[in-house]
This record gives sequence, structure tokens and C-alpha cells, in this order.
Amino acid sequence: MIKSFTRSLALVPMLAGVAPVALAADIDVTITNLTHGNHFTPLLVTAHDANTHLFQGGMAASASLRLMAECGDFSLLSTDLGGADGDTIENPAAGLLAPGASTTTMLMTAGGNTQLSLVAMVLPTNDGFVGVDSLTLPTTAGHYTYYLNAYDAGTEANDELLPGTMCAPGVAGIPGAPNMDAGTGGTGVAMADTNTSVHIHRGVLGDTNSTGGISDLDSTVHRWQNPVAKLEITVK
Amino acid sequence: MKRQHYSKLALLTATLVTTSMLSACFHNKDDDDDMQEMPKVSYQITVTNLTNGQPFTPLAAILHNASYQAWRAGTAAGSGLEKLAEGGDTTEFLATADTDANVAGTQASANGPFGPGSSESVTVTVDSADDLRLSLATMLANTNDAFTGIDDIVIGDLAVGDKREVMAPAYDAGTEANSEAGGTIPGPADTTMGGGEGYNAATETGRVITVHPGIVSQDDGLATSILTEAQRWQNPVAKIVIERLQ
Repeated sequence: MIKSFTRSLALVPMLAGVAPVALAADIDVTITNLTHGNHFTPLLVTAHDANTHLFQGGMAASASLRLMAECGDFSLLSTDLGGADGDTIENPAAGLLAPGASTTTMLMTAGGNTQLSLVAMVLPTNDGFVGVDSLTLPTTAGHYTYYLNAYDAGTEANDELLPGTMCAPGVAGIPGAPNMDAGTGGTGVAMADTNTSVHIHRGVLGDTNSTGGISDLDSTVHRWQNPVAKLEITVK
Repeated sequence: MKRQHYSKLALLTATLVTTSMLSACFHNKDDDDDMQEMPKVSYQITVTNLTNGQPFTPLAAILHNASYQAWRAGTAAGSGLEKLAEGGDTTEFLATADTDANVAGTQASANGPFGPGSSESVTVTVDSADDLRLSLATMLANTNDAFTGIDDIVIGDLAVGDKREVMAPAYDAGTEANSEAGGTIPGPADTTMGGGEGYNAATETGRVITVHPGIVSQDDGLATSILTEAQRWQNPVAKIVIERLQ
């Protein structure tokens, strides 16, 4: 990625008088968790070309997306992108992003990388994630704000149970509640997703019984409304 | 049915125009008037169902100018939208538009309802992109009167090949109480004997089109609801992509 960045810069003098060139640009990206009681797992933020997607609404999740959405692990997605570099930022918050918290990172977008995508799992959920798919990056200097929704990867039933077992794709259950505010003993909310493609998350149900009921989640704490995140982009 | 006639008419028109263009060449006539009869602009509108448990009924698309209003949040739903939002019937919604001089073209999607994760498209061809706007509606079938769509978006500025994407919320037509009761919902969630009712002539008084408050469901405390948590949603419920084809 860095190589093509350098190359496109080197071409500028030759092409400047001929045709417009997609120039590399430095941009600041700030992500704020707008939820009331949900954490984001480590974020993956990337600038890429128009043919790349981490996910698409209405399409089945890749195995890489599934690992991120069910277990909060972006390693396969990052590998798909060629690993961390100037265009792909791993874990800018150095851990979980708590409700109300923000993190800022810088991207050096190489020429041709005109789109921005980011993902992080929403905890505690079965396979919910916050994301944006292939946002066209603004090219004029300025400050731009976007609001992001929570998606459901469609790969795991939203049983809303915390079994306390090791997380693995395809294994039922929520890997954890960072605030240690989930219950136990629920009987399970949903046994299957109706929509097995990536879609807008219907939200968690929860209940108010911390030792039983249908859900291990707390309906007064863990619900959310879209948007769940604010994305700010500063083009310099 | 009316739209199929329209398509045939368009084909017939194109054939006739081609013939007259040929004759124009031979007879050295001015063919500007003939050219204007050819369809000049065409749009494909694709809706992706982003809900977990709400089938969408067939799409109803209306291309119109700034003087036509198919529906608008904050105002009362017309009779055509009521029938669409309560029962998925596009007939009156589109027929009303077809009689208005400010409407350039209408189209209902040809297939039946489409489920969560699926997409459906319609293509509408009209004479001119001048002041062209799109309005669209489709019902969330497992509800009393929820629908999603577009209330008047400008599309006349799109160049050929350009796309515009809209993420749309669910609206409440305000024409039927959200009882969620068996026998009141046309979608598959209503397994009441004989199936759920679609449109009914009764209307809520004083209600207007609003963003839908969402369903409650039996899992969340409405004991008389036949809906489950699986049919809940958060906005947006649909991704709508408009592409100018020609």
C-alpha cells in the first residue's frame, strides 16, 4: 500500500498537466460510541478501493466478518486487507471502546483508495456489530460527520445467553459483557436468525430477571437505538 | 396489468419511431417530434430488505415532478397508501398517480413479497429527466400498517450510470391501530384461521404518517400480540439504490 502511495506521488509531476490524478491524502478519523450500555470491541478502520467490502447489507457474511462479529476478532478481516499499514488501522482505541468514549486515528489514503470502511463487534450481543460499508471519502478539506448503525451478521442466533465458554465462530452464546452487568440462567431468546444475511440488527430484547427469564441481557441497560456510533472525518 | 400494457406500448412506440426515422431519412423530413416520443431516461430501483423478520410486499414506484405528492410524513395517508400499507395492494396507490398529469411513470414490481435479506427491483422508463423525482412504498407485511419507502427524492440530476443510495426507516401509515392481534396482519406471522386481514375500511381518526414506533411483540410484554421478538426491527429497514440506466 505504501509503495503505491509513493508511486502515485512520483507520477504527479508528469501527469499534472495532463489529467486530474487521485491524490493520496491524510485524514483524521474519530469514532464515538453513542450507545447507552454497549462496548465496541477493537476497531478495524480501512481505506480501500471501490471493489473492496468488509461486509454488505443483504449479502452473506464472510468467514472473516463472522469471526469479528461473533468473537470481536478482526484478524482475518485484516489479513484479507493485506494487514495493518497506512491505509488499514487496527485497534485505534487500544482495547474496548466504552459507551460515550471516542478514539481518533489517522489514515494515509493511497491513490485509488477512495472508500472507507470500519467494523467492531457490539458487546454484549451474539453477532451484532457497528460498521460502515464503503463510504466514499470526501476529497475537499473539511470536517464531515456520519452516523452509523448496528448490523447483525446473520451468522448466529440471537439467544442472548452468556455461556461462559471460549468464543468460536458457530458456537452459540455471547462472549462477554464488559461491564459485568449481564445475568445468568436465561432460557434463550431466539433459536435461529430469520435473516441469515447481513442486516440491520433488530436490537436485543433482554429482560429484568438477572437469574432466569428468557435472556441474560438486561432490557434496561443493553438495548440501543440506531445510530450507535458517530464517525467524524477530517480531510486536511 | 396496466404497466404491462405500458411496456408493450413503449416497445410499439420504439418500433414505430424507428420506422418513421427511416422514412424521415428518405423523405428528408424533420424528425424532432418523432424523437421526442422515444423513451429517453430509464431508472432501476432496487430495494434490499434489511429486517430480520418482515417480508416486504411488491414495490410501488412513482416518478413525478415537484407538484405531485404520493405520501408525506406528517400528513394523513391517502386511500391508496392505506391499502398498500395495510394489505400490500399497490393498485389504487399507482392508479391514483397514473391519472395525475404531474406523474411521468409508475411501476409495481412483478414478483410477490420478498423476504429478509432479499432484494427486488423495478425499472421505470419515462420521457424526460427534467424535474424528475421518485416516490416509493412497500409494506412490512408482519405489521398492521407499517411501510417503508421514499417520500419525494430528486433523481433527475443523475447521469447515466450514476447511482443514489437511500437507507430508509419504517413508517406508520396511521390508518390502523397497532394491535398486533391475530386476524389483523396480512403477513405469514398471522396464522389465524383464514389468514390475517389486509386492508380494512376503518381508519384511525386524527392520525398522520409518522416514523413507526416499532412493534412490541408477545416476547416484550404484549400478551395479545401474535408477533414475536424476531419480527422487531431497528431503522433503517431498507437499502434503496436508484440507478439511471439510460
